[in-house]
Amino acid sequence: MGRLIKIKKGLDINIESKTIESCIKDNSTLFAITPDDFPGYTWKAAVREGDKVLAGNCLFYAKENPEITLCAPVGGTVTEIKRGERRKIEYLSIEKGGDQTCIKADESLSILQKISKYGYLSLIRQRPFDIVPQTNSIPVNIFVTAFDSAPLAGDILDNPLKEYLESGLEALSQLTTGKVYLGIRPGSGISSKVALVYEFAGPHPAGNTGTQMAAISPVNKGETVWMLDALTACRIGKLIKTGNPDYTAKIIINGSEVDHAHVVDTYFGAKVSTVLKQSLSDDKKDIRIISGNVLTGIKVERDTGFIHYPYRQITVIEEGDKNDEFMGWASINPKRYSVSHAFPAFLRGLSKPFHFDARIKGGERAMIMSGEYDKVFPMDIYPEYLLKAIIAKNIEKMEQRGIYEVAPEDFALAEFVDSSKMELQKIVREGLDYLRKETL
Amino acid sequence: MSTLKNKIDNKIKPLFEKGGKYENLSSVFDAFYTFLYTPNKTSKSGVHIHDSNDSKRVMIMVVLSLMPCCLFGMWNVGYQHFLAATGLNPGVWECFIYGLFAVLPQILTAYIVGLGIEFVIAQIRGHEVQEGFLVSGILIPMICPVDTPCWMLAIAVAFSVIFVKEVFGGTGYNFMNVALAARAFLFFSYPAKMSGDSVFVSLDKTVGVDGYSGATPLGQLASSTGTDATVTGVLGDPLSLSDLFFGLYPGSWGETSTLCILIGAAILLISGIASWRIICSGLVGGFLMSVLAHNFASPLYPVSNLEPVQQLMLGGFLFAIVFMATDPVTACRTNIGKYIYGFLIGVIAILIRCYNTGYPEGAMLAVLLMNCFAPLIDWCVVNANVRKRMKRAVEITK
Repeated sequence: MGRLIKIKKGLDINIESKTIESCIKDNSTLFAITPDDFPGYTWKAAVREGDKVLAGNCLFYAKENPEITLCAPVGGTVTEIKRGERRKIEYLSIEKGGDQTCIKADESLSILQKISKYGYLSLIRQRPFDIVPQTNSIPVNIFVTAFDSAPLAGDILDNPLKEYLESGLEALSQLTTGKVYLGIRPGSGISSKVALVYEFAGPHPAGNTGTQMAAISPVNKGETVWMLDALTACRIGKLIKTGNPDYTAKIIINGSEVDHAHVVDTYFGAKVSTVLKQSLSDDKKDIRIISGNVLTGIKVERDTGFIHYPYRQITVIEEGDKNDEFMGWASINPKRYSVSHAFPAFLRGLSKPFHFDARIKGGERAMIMSGEYDKVFPMDIYPEYLLKAIIAKNIEKMEQRGIYEVAPEDFALAEFVDSSKMELQKIVREGLDYLRKETL
Repeated sequence: MSTLKNKIDNKIKPLFEKGGKYENLSSVFDAFYTFLYTPNKTSKSGVHIHDSNDSKRVMIMVVLSLMPCCLFGMWNVGYQHFLAATGLNPGVWECFIYGLFAVLPQILTAYIVGLGIEFVIAQIRGHEVQEGFLVSGILIPMICPVDTPCWMLAIAVAFSVIFVKEVFGGTGYNFMNVALAARAFLFFSYPAKMSGDSVFVSLDKTVGVDGYSGATPLGQLASSTGTDATVTGVLGDPLSLSDLFFGLYPGSWGETSTLCILIGAAILLISGIASWRIICSGLVGGFLMSVLAHNFASPLYPVSNLEPVQQLMLGGFLFAIVFMATDPVTACRTNIGKYIYGFLIGVIAILIRCYNTGYPEGAMLAVLLMNCFAPLIDWCVVNANVRKRMKRAVEITK
């Protein structure tokens, strides 16, 4: 039993979904790693098209520190290094085939070297800046979350890797000068001897490491903290204990538009079309496939897309760009979701499932209503004032108002409820990148 | 419906797009188009789903909440007219229709001038037309005397929209309430038409009956002496508390009925658009100041003789607290700030009303003054949070 913290500000959005039917094995043959999923470093390709790789081989290394890598999730042949504007690598794909044994970890390496070399450091995020950890600073604390409170996210520890959690937490505890904190749901029965366990009750974003950090010990200027999910901790535990890297992923596929909801057993970066094969009929049109949840996920194309970091979830909703709603602003339809009581949805009960599409449902405006963000932002920060400092590019005010403590995902719910329809996560991401560039 | 939309999309829309025949009117077209059809633009970055609430809905809800006051005000204009002109009440519909035609030119003037300027500026800036003026356009006539000439109203609206809102960047950037700035412009530029005994009742060239007086209750008190706080209607009968509650007295036509304002307040509070913090603290501030003034009532300041409940029901106090002080753009934006802001508006409104006999009503000036101080209050609140953060960082480095 850990200490209980109740998160009061937040919102659980109940999205129309299906009941998960079964766990199926994915037979994808194409996998891809997208360097843009791992901000903070410039990634250089370590292999060429046609090269043969084993699972755990380095695909990319960081230009700034070649010890930090992104690794091949499966064994096979590098089929394509897709480049975009200015030859920037968009993704590197591998055709699975041949020897599928994972390479064995070099026992002479330190824990940090191991997790860097086998691509696990890139699964961790550091604050400030919400980037892959910079190895020149030791984290003062490490925050691990054992649950995902985002819409349609499943239990992240419903995985055979769960047995390695304690080993992972132990390894992590050796990488920090401070403590390792583990955030769990009350009653989940997870315990730890090395980590300080905190129970988090309340709505999303209770499961975000940012929320947990803000409630336990917020990061200060000059400090660094690391954030990761418990599954990454388990993978680290397995690597340290058995010497075997693990790139398997259990992807939950759900949403209003799927025909069958499944959990798919696959590897990092699997091809979306094959993963969705048993969940989505081919004739389904006007859909949006999101790698991740509806708040922070990435839109992917059905035919050409791959699953992105954090490799846990695919949500399929209606695109809605063909929905012509006559005088939608005057709607009294109780099925039109709004947390604001300006729409009658609250009479129906917001805890019931609602159908969502990807429409913005309004024009972008300046901030008009006040207090909207505060209701879903459980940190001791004034989000509106921090955003204004970011928009004004005022570094001193950004620092004073708490930019070091936040990541774009913390603003996702605020962006959802915003009646001015501003792109808050984009603003925060640009602010963090600007600040990092200016303060380096 | 979709065939109409197809026709608009295929035949009319291209005319207003870049390179089209009416390219210069694209903002106007866009305003009407988005009024008819909710934009089906989907999200490109960030969250993939959005709440249905948008600024159009917010503004429409505010306009809806103003409707009880507006409709009652129209009726009351007719009622006061017939009382003053004939001493009789001819019936609900006669009163309403008279009032409707008396105030309709004002409403139309405010909307045509205000929205006209908004359309032009949106076109110049290449922005969408913003909805803020939907509310200001109905508010401005409602807080003016019924006899305000339309040309004055047009100048005030133009001044307010251009110099109070658009020069600062448009809806969401103004630091003062647009409607109250227009009212203040009229008040200080044309004082003879904004106060006195003859502007609050529409006589329409007829002569009032014997004993008629068009003075508002607060106007009567401001020019009275002694400790008698009795206020009278247009025919000289004392006004009871229920008259004040229902709003059966002359005044700026939209703001006399406490009942209708409370209905509007209920709509705004249930829909979550107005801040209950501002309304509650404003009422508390106004009530406490009224109690204080009443306990130290002096013949020198006749308004201070009013009972606290009368103070809250008379004039534009309640209207200003519910519809003006709660304007989210110009009010404090932090929760703690809202309590301070609302409280001070309540206090200052009654303070001006009681102790500055030059201004029979203080709500307008109180809100405008606090509009100017709102950013300072917020700064103090945010700075307390900043200091806490800085202190934490310093402790760590020690």
